[in-house]
Amino acid sequence: MAAVATCGTGAGSTGSVVAAGSKNHVTSFQRRGPRASGSDSSYSRLVSIAGTRPSVRNGQLLVSTGLPALDQLLGGGLAVGTVLLIEEDKYNIYSSLLFKYFLAEGIINGHTLLVASAKEDPADILQELPAPLLDDNFKKDFDEEACNHKTAESNIKMKIAWRYQLLPKMEAGPVSSSRFGHYYDASKKMPQELIEASKWHGFFFPEKSSSTLNIEPCSLTHGYIKLLQFIQNIIYEEGFDGSNPQKKQKNILRIGIQNLGSPLWGDDICCTENGNSHSLTKFLYVLRGLLRTSLSACMITMPTHLIQNKAIISRVTNLSDTVVGLESFIGSERETNPLYKDYHGLIHIRQIPRLNNLIYDVSDVKDLAFKLKRKLFTIERLHLPPDLSDTVSRSSKQDLAEPSKLLGPGCGVMAGGKKHLDF
Amino acid sequence: MFPELNNLLNTTPDRAEQGKLTLLCDANTDGSFLVHHFLSFYLKANCKVCFVALIQSFSHYNIVGQKLGVSLTVARECGQLVFLEGLKSSVDVFFRAQAEPHPLQFLREANAENLQPLYEFVREALKPVDDGEAAWRCPVLLVDDLSVLLSLGMGAVAVLDFIHYCRATVCWERKGNIVALVHDSGDTEDEENNILLNGLSHQSHLILRAEGLATGFCRDVHGQLRILWRTPSQPTTQRDQSLTYQYKIQDKSVSFFAKGMSPAVL
Repeated sequence: MAAVATCGTGAGSTGSVVAAGSKNHVTSFQRRGPRASGSDSSYSRLVSIAGTRPSVRNGQLLVSTGLPALDQLLGGGLAVGTVLLIEEDKYNIYSSLLFKYFLAEGIINGHTLLVASAKEDPADILQELPAPLLDDNFKKDFDEEACNHKTAESNIKMKIAWRYQLLPKMEAGPVSSSRFGHYYDASKKMPQELIEASKWHGFFFPEKSSSTLNIEPCSLTHGYIKLLQFIQNIIYEEGFDGSNPQKKQKNILRIGIQNLGSPLWGDDICCTENGNSHSLTKFLYVLRGLLRTSLSACMITMPTHLIQNKAIISRVTNLSDTVVGLESFIGSERETNPLYKDYHGLIHIRQIPRLNNLIYDVSDVKDLAFKLKRKLFTIERLHLPPDLSDTVSRSSKQDLAEPSKLLGPGCGVMAGGKKHLDF
Repeated sequence: MFPELNNLLNTTPDRAEQGKLTLLCDANTDGSFLVHHFLSFYLKANCKVCFVALIQSFSHYNIVGQKLGVSLTVARECGQLVFLEGLKSSVDVFFRAQAEPHPLQFLREANAENLQPLYEFVREALKPVDDGEAAWRCPVLLVDDLSVLLSLGMGAVAVLDFIHYCRATVCWERKGNIVALVHDSGDTEDEENNILLNGLSHQSHLILRAEGLATGFCRDVHGQLRILWRTPSQPTTQRDQSLTYQYKIQDKSVSFFAKGMSPAVL
């Protein structure tokens, strides 16, 4: 059941004035909002930074991940100062797509980009970014598709299947006048002039690996040390942390790191079980320290399915703020499973941070699947198809029961369950 | 602090016990609400608190503390709270060589042997004031969390040694308390973490274990809390007392109820 959401989800709030605390160092974890007492002269009312909006729950500044459906699942967006870890799918198809959406969102909003990769040149990555969907072009195509499905507008009350009215609606189409979160056409490339107008820094590890280190050898691998120094340099030089007196920066730095932990970075945790087990975790810790003290947000894709030592995965999860896992059906036996025939993979929201709060926005929907349609990447709730077979055979029920067992306990971010209740 | 949790633990800020090691543990869920509870509890109990916060920034604890009725900025300014912000200091330590030994010195070293600089920091922070008047009741060390130290390259034995030294100084010598959070990794074979957790469980007087529900995610019951009182030093004939409750975290408090008695069900 795809119900089209006709109203924007609080998109009008981007115009609100956000007061940013501009003390000696800029931390994004300060409560933003109009100061009633207004005593401190260093607080200044400034126009909101493009592409950000305050969270409705705790006033935390959020940026879009490039996928409005994912933003909704993460509680409105990615908080500035945090790390979003994407656990790559097996062949790194959809995770690199999410990576490109993240960068494309940065270009559209005018954020500064920092792209780090050990596999591809960042300039090549930027050439491959998807083009943004402008509302008027897309609306025509979307209306055509909408006629093919049975859609219910939200202001028509359902008479028979009224329980479905209460289901949470996923955003399926572009919302008009949304300045936060855009839709992208995966089949077209971003126009060259937009890329050239944007400000970006690239870190391509094979080019930088030869220069010498000026830091004492600690247990970090060479690649990670160089990357950390590069990031810290950019943050300081461009003034994202507010410590540089010459530069007053009021923009977001989007950091994208691709395939972190893969052997191309010089790390051997994907090759052997007794590798350098502290290099990656130390890197993540110092990176998070850098992010917390600056106006930046980071997306990392990591091939966790290759990591041999499972303890490292749990440590990495604890050290990241938001963790999303992608599981694609390509090459697995689920590709032919009738349960999954409409979708390309599952998406697991493994962890959402509780920032400045005891509670957090967690979606009730735990069984989520994604599909890459002709233009859009959509995330939907996974439904069990109705059992319409004439002969209720044992074998067909077994096939469907197996994957539903995996869905049953859910991928709880609050609680992981092991036992499956058989009713 | 959460009044319901105080009732379950049978304490109030006025009658806080001394010389105790409390272990907070979470498995399959987030147990940080317990850290916020103890932080605000000891600040309200007028104790001098040294908080080694390795996992989140100061403003995070401050904002949650304000919801629970304490102001960390005020406590820090008047000297009641000594706050080591791990994330911010790690950036300073890592990129700039420090003149004097920094508590997080091990980040720069390839094979750090022990956590002695961190212990020196704690000892210095909880030093009793010499001017005669007892301003604060008892020193308290709060660590959030110890599993991060394992991720940063320290061995489980080094962390256990650190806690042992702190216990000798804070709990025994100065009659204070220690509260530490350790993640339980469950079925992932994190041996170092298991060594740390088992070692600390044997030394603690009180263990609070927040677990996820065995049946999965629930909107109204966020998890289960197991409270275990122990007497590690004396062998006792009576068994350790243990209680189990389920809880739901709300915006400013946590409500506890007996298993199966969630208000949503009844």
